[in-house]
Amino acid sequence: MASAAAAARASLASSTEVIAKRSLLKFLRTPQLLWTSTIQGVMFLVIFRFIFGGAIGTGGLGYVDFVVPGIVTTMLIWQGMSAAISVTEDRAQGLFDRLRSLPIPRGAVLAGRAVANTAMQAWGLLVMTIVSFLVGFRLHNGIANGVLAFALVVVFSFVFVWVFIATGLYAENAQAAQGLALLLVPFTFVSSAYVPAASMPSWLHPVAANQPVTYMIEAVRSLTGGARAEVLLGHPASYFVVRALLWSAVILLVFGPMAVARYRRG
Amino acid sequence: MARMIEATGVVKRFGETIALDGLEVSAEEGVILAVLGPNGAGKTTFVRCISTLLEPDAGTLRVFGHDVVREPQAVRSSIGLAGQFAAVEAAMTGRENLEMVARLFGQDRASARANSTRLLGQLGLTKDADRLVRTYSGGMRRKLDLGASLVGAPRLLLLDEPTTGLDPGSRIDLWEAIRQLVDQGTNVLLTTQYLDEADRLADEIVIINHGRAVEYGTPAELKQRAGSNVIEVHVRDRGDLAEVAQALTMIGNGEVQVDASTHRVTVAVEGGTEWLNRALLPLEQRAIALDEVALRPPKLDEAFLVLTRRVPEEVRHG
Repeated sequence: MASAAAAARASLASSTEVIAKRSLLKFLRTPQLLWTSTIQGVMFLVIFRFIFGGAIGTGGLGYVDFVVPGIVTTMLIWQGMSAAISVTEDRAQGLFDRLRSLPIPRGAVLAGRAVANTAMQAWGLLVMTIVSFLVGFRLHNGIANGVLAFALVVVFSFVFVWVFIATGLYAENAQAAQGLALLLVPFTFVSSAYVPAASMPSWLHPVAANQPVTYMIEAVRSLTGGARAEVLLGHPASYFVVRALLWSAVILLVFGPMAVARYRRG
Repeated sequence: MARMIEATGVVKRFGETIALDGLEVSAEEGVILAVLGPNGAGKTTFVRCISTLLEPDAGTLRVFGHDVVREPQAVRSSIGLAGQFAAVEAAMTGRENLEMVARLFGQDRASARANSTRLLGQLGLTKDADRLVRTYSGGMRRKLDLGASLVGAPRLLLLDEPTTGLDPGSRIDLWEAIRQLVDQGTNVLLTTQYLDEADRLADEIVIINHGRAVEYGTPAELKQRAGSNVIEVHVRDRGDLAEVAQALTMIGNGEVQVDASTHRVTVAVEGGTEWLNRALLPLEQRAIALDEVALRPPKLDEAFLVLTRRVPEEVRHG
């Protein structure tokens, strides 16, 4: 970079913070956004806990302890879609033009958006966690592992937000963004989120058992379910946690640079 | 000293479309430069190239001597952009919007706050500073957007069609705001398709059409270049309009303009009153009833029509 560019310039950290704050303010001051994202997760939780709960066999692990990790993880995909739409809105509103004309690091705008959306999802996750305990979910592996599971879901949330930011940037408009984002929905159903993968037809089972979302769900499930989950899943928690984090890294390394490249191009 | 803007042979294509076709523009510091042109002339593309949002495909473009492709951060540090949409956040207050942009320009909290407060005052938004932008009128949003483009104290302010979509009162209000800011020493490049806007605000005008600069000069020079005078004829009977237009084509310099709703035909001429006779004679011979005849200097919109139509047709498709 030329020496003339040494004029006052916001750092990556401070500009990311300023942009994240803007997205969070928008979220907090738009009651509909706040409420729908809070209630959505709770609704899923209640539906699966009480409507499907009795019909699905999950071995030694009670269905509520089985399904809660599945729901909180797949909710990241359902709720992450709003990130794709927000990105197209920011662009349509001319905000990206303004930000791209400012002397700030190129990654800051997207990083700010990712941090903000992750924070919003962490809020939704917190509400879901509380409701989970109210409908009978329990930790079988100690509080420390429970906290670790929560942290892990926040990490997955950050990863998926990048997928949706990239989706939003490549989409022509908000409607297209939603359409593209919906293509990820099969990853929520063809997984072990709501029923054990082993119960699926033999051609579907390997897909469901080996896709990234399943590893993420099993990581959370084995951290909260302890020995009972290990019996059901056939592996200890570390097996799933390592694979889930590897997948996270891969997804981040693919979609992060993709999003930044698209953003730079304008 | 480096020039404010120096564009040499700038080309920008979007697929088959050529938005900028060897654009040449050069302007000194200390002026309000209006880039005037019809829709699709390449005005917005030019502003997006200057503000580093787009990279030109060919040619060079410098802002205060900094190349937009090789030194984009230096360019970004010296410009403030107000695009075609008011890029302000509706869920934030006016003050929060300005402070956000000031912080992104690298100002600390205290100076961001001070600069925002000062600008809100200059824009007449002090009273509404702490209301959510959601509750602002269109004119207020544009003003705030103007403030956001100025809060970083840029050397060059870029305004892309700043008053498009505003009601007449808000437009005059915004012009006033722009004028005041310029008195404080900010350079301005604005694009517009409104001739009165260019006439009102600009020291210099570059007319672009089909991605090329077709004319350059002060508003007065451009009016003069378009023909020294205009003959305007009000026809009593609408049915005679075509015949009058045909008669005036013979004597005019450039195309005849017919406004059917006001029964008015205008044509630019090279000379003075001697042309009035030459225009009226054929009309008299045909016994066409006229309500009013005038010889007057051209308005800028008439100059614009004459000047943009001089571009040969084949340029249009590159």
